[in-house]
Amino acid sequence: MQDLGRFGWAHLGVSASGAADALALRAANLLVGNAENAAAIEMTLVGAAFEFEADAVVALAGSDFGAGAPLWAPVEIRAGQVLRCGATRSGARCYLAVRGGIAVPRTLGSASAHILTGLGGRALRAGDALPMGGQAVRRPRPPVRGAPGYSRDPVLRVTAGPQAEWFSDDLFRHAYAVAEESNRMGLRLRGPAIPSPAGHMLTEGAPLGAVQIPPDGQPIILFVEHQTTGGYPKPANVISADFWRLGQLRPRDEVRFELVDLERALDLLQRQEQWLRSI
Amino acid sequence: MTIRPASDRSLLVSFGQEISLEAHRRVVSLSRGLGGIRGILNIHPAYSSVLVDFDPRLRGRAELEALLRELAAATGGINAIERTVEIPVRYGGEYGPDLEEVARHAGLSAERVVELHSSAEYLVYFLGFSPGFPYLGGLPAELATPRLAAPRQLVPGGSVAIGGSQTGVYPVDSPGGWRIIGRTPLRLFDAQASPPALLAMGDRVRFTPVREGAI
Repeated sequence: MQDLGRFGWAHLGVSASGAADALALRAANLLVGNAENAAAIEMTLVGAAFEFEADAVVALAGSDFGAGAPLWAPVEIRAGQVLRCGATRSGARCYLAVRGGIAVPRTLGSASAHILTGLGGRALRAGDALPMGGQAVRRPRPPVRGAPGYSRDPVLRVTAGPQAEWFSDDLFRHAYAVAEESNRMGLRLRGPAIPSPAGHMLTEGAPLGAVQIPPDGQPIILFVEHQTTGGYPKPANVISADFWRLGQLRPRDEVRFELVDLERALDLLQRQEQWLRSI
Repeated sequence: MTIRPASDRSLLVSFGQEISLEAHRRVVSLSRGLGGIRGILNIHPAYSSVLVDFDPRLRGRAELEALLRELAAATGGINAIERTVEIPVRYGGEYGPDLEEVARHAGLSAERVVELHSSAEYLVYFLGFSPGFPYLGGLPAELATPRLAAPRQLVPGGSVAIGGSQTGVYPVDSPGGWRIIGRTPLRLFDAQASPPALLAMGDRVRFTPVREGAI
């Protein structure tokens, strides 16, 4: 289960968690008439079969998991119907939102499961029963236009990180492959090693989307369950408007980085927000 | 003091690159002053810096930077709130599989290691890395022991450990490369508790040897 995460606890070592592709989760919720932040089901690479015990309106947003229902649109489900989501055909994640939300307990203000520490819940298992909530806030919306596509070799826009001056432009000259060990804590990349200067950095706060360079030179992009502090240098940080791309990366995808300035990053975010408001 | 963007939604306030009580007080003071400010999503205090995450839809970066500059300049006073937290520890045996190795490395007896570790007073510089994990200062220099060459798959939650020149307590089961010298029954983090973390930035910590009883 995920919503948009829990904020205000990083000073205790609790990272926000939340949907790996928050754009898709928000869109799915808006489509069924929920508040953007309603709890929804996050599926990664492989889905599940969901049996509905009552009539429902749902939306699937993100990658196509072969459910046989249209994506990015509200869908009516009859009591007794089983929605079967198989393996992804593109991208990494798909969100299932149910009109009214899903009534799971909240921990520290959020329904999000922080899978790696167990805070806020565990991964769903066969047999779990999820109560449908009654918290719809508006009518369902028409199907979305302009939904994102998922590339196997995306460009990730970044702004300069706190230790950008320690590095040359190595990060921008090669493609990097997403490694199998990637997860909600970090995307591990494989490619030409990026040399970082010798010298010790004091542990400092680490933001979501930071590109860290450990001693082996293989970049790690900090993701939604990231450690709140760290001691590896950070030449760059993925822009907010591209966070959803991180949530759609699969092993063996190849990423390239492109440096943009803060004004461009903010402009791209504002355009994205406008798109969501048009749903 | 410098303030610069760490990303398009965060600002890093830095009080230099040294671990010192002076930097620590400034971090604590600034962190306390940031509560309840609209648009601030999270703060990440560390040894000599504070990372501030904000929502760019609610707060402009330049505006927030100006606010932080003002707050950071007005800091550095004495910490009014100081607590000492005692952490009971069963040292050695099944709870401290690396105690003998730490002793051997230091050229001391295991008893002397326990004496030194438990007679020091530690400062919680900040919490980070994982829920409730304290970065403690004050480990007696003789006890510094290199981390394991390869981390253990599982360090039980509550384990008291030494890694290099640092010491700390693993809040939950996790992999780890530090040397485990004991275990505490206290829970460093409980999401149902208020506050959820046992320790807070600025607390003093003492480890108290416990002779008997299972953890």
